Amino acid sequence: MMPRNRVVFVLSLFAFAACIFAGFLTIAPNRLASGQSLTLWQLGGIPGAALTGACVALLALSFVPIARGVEYIVLGLAIAVFVFQLFAAGFLATGSLTSAPHGTRVSLGWAFWTTGFCLAMIAIDALQRLNAGTLARLAALAIIVAATALITSGGWFDGLSLMREYQTRQDEFAAALGRHCLLVAVAVFLAVIIGAPLGLYVARGPQRSAGTFGVLNMLQTIPSVALFGLLIAPLSALGIGGIGAVPAIIALVLYSLLPVVRNTEAGISGVDRGVIDAARGMGLTPAQILWRIELPLGMPIFLAGLRIVAVQAIGLAIVAALIGAGGLGSFVFQGIGQYATDLVLLGALPTIALALAADFILALLAGFFERSPS
Amino acid sequence: MIELDHISKNYGARDSVSDVSFKVEQGAFCAIVGPSGSGKSTTLRMINRLIEPSAGTIRINGEDVAALPLEALRRRIGYAIQSVGLFPHWNVADNIATVPRLLKWPEERVQQRIDELLALLQLDPAIRTKFPHQLSGGQQQRIGVARALAADPEVLLMDEPFGALDPITRETARTELSRIHKSTGKTILFVTHDIDEALGLADKIALLRNGRLVQFGPPIELLTRPADEFVRDFMGGSSLGLKLLALRQVRERMKPEPASGEPIAPETSLAEALSQMVLRRTSRLPVGGTGGSANGSIALSDLVG
Repeated sequence: MMPRNRVVFVLSLFAFAACIFAGFLTIAPNRLASGQSLTLWQLGGIPGAALTGACVALLALSFVPIARGVEYIVLGLAIAVFVFQLFAAGFLATGSLTSAPHGTRVSLGWAFWTTGFCLAMIAIDALQRLNAGTLARLAALAIIVAATALITSGGWFDGLSLMREYQTRQDEFAAALGRHCLLVAVAVFLAVIIGAPLGLYVARGPQRSAGTFGVLNMLQTIPSVALFGLLIAPLSALGIGGIGAVPAIIALVLYSLLPVVRNTEAGISGVDRGVIDAARGMGLTPAQILWRIELPLGMPIFLAGLRIVAVQAIGLAIVAALIGAGGLGSFVFQGIGQYATDLVLLGALPTIALALAADFILALLAGFFERSPS
Repeated sequence: MIELDHISKNYGARDSVSDVSFKVEQGAFCAIVGPSGSGKSTTLRMINRLIEPSAGTIRINGEDVAALPLEALRRRIGYAIQSVGLFPHWNVADNIATVPRLLKWPEERVQQRIDELLALLQLDPAIRTKFPHQLSGGQQQRIGVARALAADPEVLLMDEPFGALDPITRETARTELSRIHKSTGKTILFVTHDIDEALGLADKIALLRNGRLVQFGPPIELLTRPADEFVRDFMGGSSLGLKLLALRQVRERMKPEPASGEPIAPETSLAEALSQMVLRRTSRLPVGGTGGSANGSIALSDLVG
């Protein structure tokens, strides 16, 4: 017998295997010691059985002939199990701490991350198969975000090492998150201010493209750590200071220019020549053609570029912590230095969430421009 | 009236249009025809200065177009093209309203004008809020014509406006354009490479070859007195006679003699009459009067003239 939905089949098989064989929680005597990994079955209880059972149910569903009804069930089940898993992690962590000595740390293991990833992928795949609209996607996301917030604020995660790391650094975390967002926002803003006119300039004279893109492409090939380092000397010479936010922003802007310029150029050059010819022939001025025709029609492609830039900058800003620019990267590098995985996660998880949020919002915006064009 | 006075356009050493002169009277329908690369589009686009001529003068109602402000000139000339070029992010009403709004007409008058144009082109008023991608090719093309006519321009320039349509839609579009020309009395300059389209629509034909005007005159003149071998070939070569028949009506040649059978209308073209004779296997066809009864006939020998 062949599975009807191979995506769900493979993903739920992985999730199932993770539930059986991989550690769901790692229990360590203190923050720095490497701990003992425990599978769901070793942790025992109803949550483990329920989670494993849900994976089997999804596996079974992958053999049911594909239909919209089935997709809805798969989607609902994936989201429910995803939320349940968060809850189970908190519940089991708290449970395993009750009889443990003070200072014991519980962190999330491979099984948690694997099932979480597989369930998210199953949900995304189902949304795609259902050809879900923006509203449905938003609703699915809202359920997960709301459930996570509820579980967190309800104190269910308090037993987890990740939360411990957060609780000892609450103020620092808020500042780092704010700083990270500010770095990215300023860099993306500047990249648009510089890149969009440059893109227009290239679109107006295609002979300019080779030189412009040559330089911008070369910039992209410089490794980020090297670029941050390379900026130190010239900026110090200028008296701006080679470390801190300024060089970080300059580097982020340099990386962001290529997608902005390329997509602005593609958006404007991509406008149907007949449309431009008609506009000129009817007596629209060049400025009117730019603002009323070329910019609105090129907007979806420009926004696609902005999406790449935002996600890229959010990730790259992590490295900026190396030159003292702050941001969520400071937790990542502290964590690496201290060999504290949960501290790394405290920096990495919000960065991933930020990147996904930026991607989602800009995709929505691009969709809006494509669908209601006026 | 549009006057082209020794117009030339060269790109570097290559002449795209050289020394073209002709005059199109007020309310005339002039087709600019010629093979690909003959400079017909270039000639048309020099009238609204999408291309600036290298030499020569173009006058509309005696005014030199080069002396007029560029955008103001274009706003008083209607312009329709093969790719239609409707703005994909604007709905039908906004597309039609383009030039009136550029001319800052009061909104009430703009709306009224949209209604008039939809009526003129026999389009359903519900089409107003549709976007171009929701329309068929034929509808898009009609909206393109409506948009070109929106600000009631003195002149309408059309660059192969029906080029992208299928043969049946194309035929309807031609009939419609002919009707619009008659009802609005606009001066129309129409570029096409299709000689039948030109013969069916125009009252003047400008035939170009390699950027030069080979012959300019009424269709019948190009058919009966072609300036050279090229004109004869372009006009149809061996089927020239049939094309000539297509331009003339039965009423011009009918005789008061009786004939039996289903009568044909006196407005029928001679080509259609010939076709009917072949189909009915007869050499004489009855011609109907306005009342429906036959009041004459046309014979095969009459077709020859």
